[in-house]
Amino acid sequence: MTTVTNKNNKRLEILKTYKIYIDGQFVRTESGRYYIATNSKKENLANVCLGSRKDFRDAVVAARNAFGSWSTRAAFNRAQILYRIAEMLEGRKAQFIDELIKQDSTKTQAEKEVNLCIDRLIYYSGWCDKFQQLFSSVNPVASPHFNFSVPEPMGVIAAIAPQNNSLLGLVSVIAPIIAGGNSCIVLASATMPLCAVTFAEVLNSSDLPGGVVNILTGKVAELVSYFSDHMDVNATVYCEADFATQKMIKEKSALNIKRVLLYNKIKWTDASGQSPYFIMDLQEIKTTWHPIENIGGAKAGY
Amino acid sequence: MISTKIIPDFLLPPHIDQVGIEERSSRFTKRSIKNETKLNGLMLALNMIDLTTLEGKDTDGKVKQLCYKAIHLHDVYPGLPTVAAICVYPSMVKIAKKALEGSGVKVASVATAFPSGQATRDIKIRDTKYAVQHGADEVDMVISRGKFLQGEYNYVFDEIAAIKEACGKARLKVILETGELVTYDKVRKASDIAMYAGADFIKTSTGKISPAATMPITLVMLEAIRDFYYKTGKKIAMKPAGGIGKSKLALHYLVMLNETLGEDWMSNEWFRFGASSLANDILMQLMKQKTGIYQNANYFSID
Repeated sequence: MTTVTNKNNKRLEILKTYKIYIDGQFVRTESGRYYIATNSKKENLANVCLGSRKDFRDAVVAARNAFGSWSTRAAFNRAQILYRIAEMLEGRKAQFIDELIKQDSTKTQAEKEVNLCIDRLIYYSGWCDKFQQLFSSVNPVASPHFNFSVPEPMGVIAAIAPQNNSLLGLVSVIAPIIAGGNSCIVLASATMPLCAVTFAEVLNSSDLPGGVVNILTGKVAELVSYFSDHMDVNATVYCEADFATQKMIKEKSALNIKRVLLYNKIKWTDASGQSPYFIMDLQEIKTTWHPIENIGGAKAGY
Repeated sequence: MISTKIIPDFLLPPHIDQVGIEERSSRFTKRSIKNETKLNGLMLALNMIDLTTLEGKDTDGKVKQLCYKAIHLHDVYPGLPTVAAICVYPSMVKIAKKALEGSGVKVASVATAFPSGQATRDIKIRDTKYAVQHGADEVDMVISRGKFLQGEYNYVFDEIAAIKEACGKARLKVILETGELVTYDKVRKASDIAMYAGADFIKTSTGKISPAATMPITLVMLEAIRDFYYKTGKKIAMKPAGGIGKSKLALHYLVMLNETLGEDWMSNEWFRFGASSLANDILMQLMKQKTGIYQNANYFSID
């Protein structure tokens, strides 16, 4: 057996192709375009797919198809799958730390970030089958009805992950979306995309059905308008403070009355970066009126 | 009626080049169709649809709703064509006919113990006559696949001829159910038998069996139509049915039609799509072309 070496007689490393993740498959962008991700030392880290609107369109179709069975699956099972994602992440910690260091983190920062991500997934795993009880209610009504309200997932969520952060922002945005039974398309950080693609590999080996999470790489400016005007998307999540873009998202989202969530003031590293209210942001409250007039148990003397 | 002198001997095997057919049909999917061409193609495809409901659970209301849809495909988009026809069971013909009055949309009825075709000839003829008497403009019959596979080609031929006679003025579509014939050779042979026996259309499938219409199978049938035309001078129409649910695929079929039979066949008199979900997909594509915004199925009527 021979090893391929360079002129200094060192083994040539096999470099990973960073692909996008649509419908449980690692695909190249339909557009065939790519860009080079660099770090602050101007080192080339990888050729990364420059995703197009057609990639986004395909991802929405995948997310819509996946939504049905994901949203109706037992909440407990969703919890198990989120826990499994955390387990897989724990097992591949070294790779994530390595990628974070390449993208300008120090070793301590990188370790801290990956640990926080794992803990955050466990946190939302716990909430999967509990937030419904916290936010549901039985309502007093002046008619013979049993009236109750429960949260239900909205559907397909298009999210633009925090751009100044490689992994924690991405995980913090995805976890509450899927914990609540939604499916999503997430645009990773354009400047630090490595961990996003590797995180897709973690998702792929975690019993998460294909299409529930779709991860794209590319430029926010190019894709943001499609994220906000696609009629088959139910909500848009945006994490930057750029006012003009926020305004554009709000205007375009009005087309089909998408919910718009602006997370530019959230500190993802804090405890305030996780809460069941992030799950509730992407839930709709459904109220049911159930007639009880003729049920024996509803009358006195039962 | 075609002179019996030119009817070929159906016992002789046809020779379909399987590799050639598959390669050729995959080529049609590689054409780039954009902008106005795409728009015109989509409009044409929409106008070629036989909007179909063939379920045991069909009700009067369901048929009326489908007829309404045939005329009002998507009223927020002005200038849309209607579909070509509504395709229903014989018991629903009367209701469909009434609902479509004056719209120009035709009523097609399946008949002859659809979808199995396992009934006596007498029953099949009565089934056909019932549909025609209630106003069906077109009759979609199924061939006796069992007899065909046993090699009783004369039985199949005579049956088609008898149904054609029962149709009167209604145009006859002959469903080969290619999913049960399996090979290209058998599809070609069945196409020839149907055309020589008097079919106005040849149609791939009932939609009840998988695989339904595929591009290679359709190409074999289109080539049979072409050869028949060269031999007899008579044009036969084509209807692929089942499994065509996306606009892009419909455009591929139109490319295949144009490059095999030519522009003379590019209208709903000579080509149909048997489909139910295709209409909404085309409408969503048309709205996308018009507005630049990707659409959501919830904003289109139920089909």
